[in-house]
Amino acid sequence: MKQTLFDKIWDKHVVAQVGNLSVLYIDKHLIHEVTSPQAFTGLEKRGIGVWDKTKIVATPDHNVPTLNQHLPINEPLSRQQVDKLKENCQKFDIELYGLLHPYQGIVHVIGPELGITQPGMTMVCGDSHTATHGAFGTIAFGIGTSQVEQVMATQCLLQAKPKRMRITINGKLKEGVLSKDIILYIISKLGTGGATGYFVEYAGDAIRSLSMEARMTICNMSIEMGAKGGLIAPDETTFEYVKGREFAPKGEDWDKALAYWKTLYSDADATFDFEVAYAATDIEPMITFGTNPGMGIKLSEKIPTASSTESPESFKKSLAYMGLAENQSLIDLPVNYVFVGSCTNSRIEDLRIFANYVKGKQKAPNITAWIVPGSKQVEKQAQEEGLDKILAAAGFALREPGCSACLAMNEDKIPAGEYCVSTSNRNFEGRQGPGARTLLVSPLTAAKVAVAGKVC
Amino acid sequence: MQKFIKLNSPIIPLPIENIDTDQIIPARFLKATTRDGFGENLFRDWRYDANNQPIADFVLNNPQYKGNSVLVAGENFGCGSSREHAAWALHDYGIRVVVSSFFADIFRGNALNNSVLPVQVSKSFLARIFSFVEQGQEVSVTVDLEAQTIILDHTQESESFDIDPYKKTCLINGYDDIDYLLSMKEEIKKFEVQHPLF
Ligand code: SF4
Repeated sequence: MKQTLFDKIWDKHVVAQVGNLSVLYIDKHLIHEVTSPQAFTGLEKRGIGVWDKTKIVATPDHNVPTLNQHLPINEPLSRQQVDKLKENCQKFDIELYGLLHPYQGIVHVIGPELGITQPGMTMVCGDSHTATHGAFGTIAFGIGTSQVEQVMATQCLLQAKPKRMRITINGKLKEGVLSKDIILYIISKLGTGGATGYFVEYAGDAIRSLSMEARMTICNMSIEMGAKGGLIAPDETTFEYVKGREFAPKGEDWDKALAYWKTLYSDADATFDFEVAYAATDIEPMITFGTNPGMGIKLSEKIPTASSTESPESFKKSLAYMGLAENQSLIDLPVNYVFVGSCTNSRIEDLRIFANYVKGKQKAPNITAWIVPGSKQVEKQAQEEGLDKILAAAGFALREPGCSACLAMNEDKIPAGEYCVSTSNRNFEGRQGPGARTLLVSPLTAAKVAVAGKVC
Repeated sequence: MQKFIKLNSPIIPLPIENIDTDQIIPARFLKATTRDGFGENLFRDWRYDANNQPIADFVLNNPQYKGNSVLVAGENFGCGSSREHAAWALHDYGIRVVVSSFFADIFRGNALNNSVLPVQVSKSFLARIFSFVEQGQEVSVTVDLEAQTIILDHTQESESFDIDPYKKTCLINGYDDIDYLLSMKEEIKKFEVQHPLF
């Protein structure tokens, strides 16, 4: 039987079948402070413990301040949630990378960098961007809190098998086009519901040519078109990245794992429920103009007219929120905020791209910029490479790791009515603070805007 | 989990597409460590202005719709984050059924796990409901989980909807997945022995 990569991994994890639902075994479970407390309470109510504590890794990320992490958290509710995670991890004896721990960071940044994420696994987290880990050829998806409790209690989830989609991108990417542009381009084509019910495999030589970090950016945003998850077949780039990391297999285990990982690809004649292909040469730097990630255009294009869209009323409502008009070009739009961070673009390569561009230039005086590394490890590496100095010389500062302005649960909120050019993944109304207006871009575009003080 | 069998209620119309979970419950309200009280902040930023004053033309502030337990929303309801708080907020507010022509995946699962029934209808049926609302008609519906039907009370137009048979049994009996999975402990242990991969 010709199988897709997705089927190969899924089928290996089915414990039993209940009608249309599979009892799916989960290899790794990442938890954070926001979606876990009620799950722990649930376990306590049932009087049960966790199934296998070695399969759970915890870290606080959503609520944490990005300045002065050595001090107690100011905001009482945030502090309470972070404390609760610590308390629960102690009670259930779960590994916690708490604040100031050298491994702390955004769940989806630390999993890969610590070698916790490995090809062929099933992984879940109470967070929709769990799809990030799919870059390793991993079935990874976000779940709700009841399911967090399920996995803690039984290491399994009841799941309907999604359909399979393949998105192929062949050809050579243009200079200055980053993986963020690829995924924003794809979502602008498929729409926010375009992949609902599907698990997406990204393929083609343009995808193959990307680094692991760039691949993670693509898989990360799979959820923004409704997909259950996204994945990329592991290859030499993947193995090279995983090798030697803290929790990666070593010695004989490595050889065994590697032999297995090399079987993880879609067979040549495997069939997908839906296939689509784009040419790499058609992709240009992208920017969003509306209030969902599907509302994106090339920087060189103008905002479409409402009448050319499927739902003119919703479209107009979006533009009104954004303070933008049909047919408008975003070039030269004055912007006062730049956010570089989030599980989409806060890895070392993203910081290098930003630093490399601003090196020897100056931040525009009107710009407030928050540059937030994805993890303690990224922060450390940035310092070791001297990126913090380059940033400082250009008028920027490197903050401490966390989700930050991606969802504005800490103090990093964009004021109402202000535009923020952001490397994060969601431009929903109020996502970066009540009334904030988000324009999603790549780290390179963010760097250009930070220097110019306007969209360029 | 609360049982769901059959419900008759006037609707709350919200004809907006792609309603994401950040709108259903904004992130700043996710700091609680219990499941209670989220209803107060359901659609917070559409319901209240920056000074916490109710926004008059938002549907939840219209006394006509107070107490209704069926929300009818535009296509692709619940997209965005995995926060189950969205389902908790709806349930806590008193919503037991959400009708739309399309639901985001994670939201659908979260709703089903919290006794909020997602009823997916055809685009034309949805458009029909909204057209009655536009004409000033008060629309009420009967949702019968056993029969998997939704009926518009005043015209008796009906449509059937899909639901996974296992999930249907859970809702009707008030069981949840954990009860079920815990009954499979032995099988899971056996699986672990032959699954030495990670
Ligand atoms: S960075 Fe943003 S999208 Fe990623 S996990 Fe944190 S809040 Fe979610």
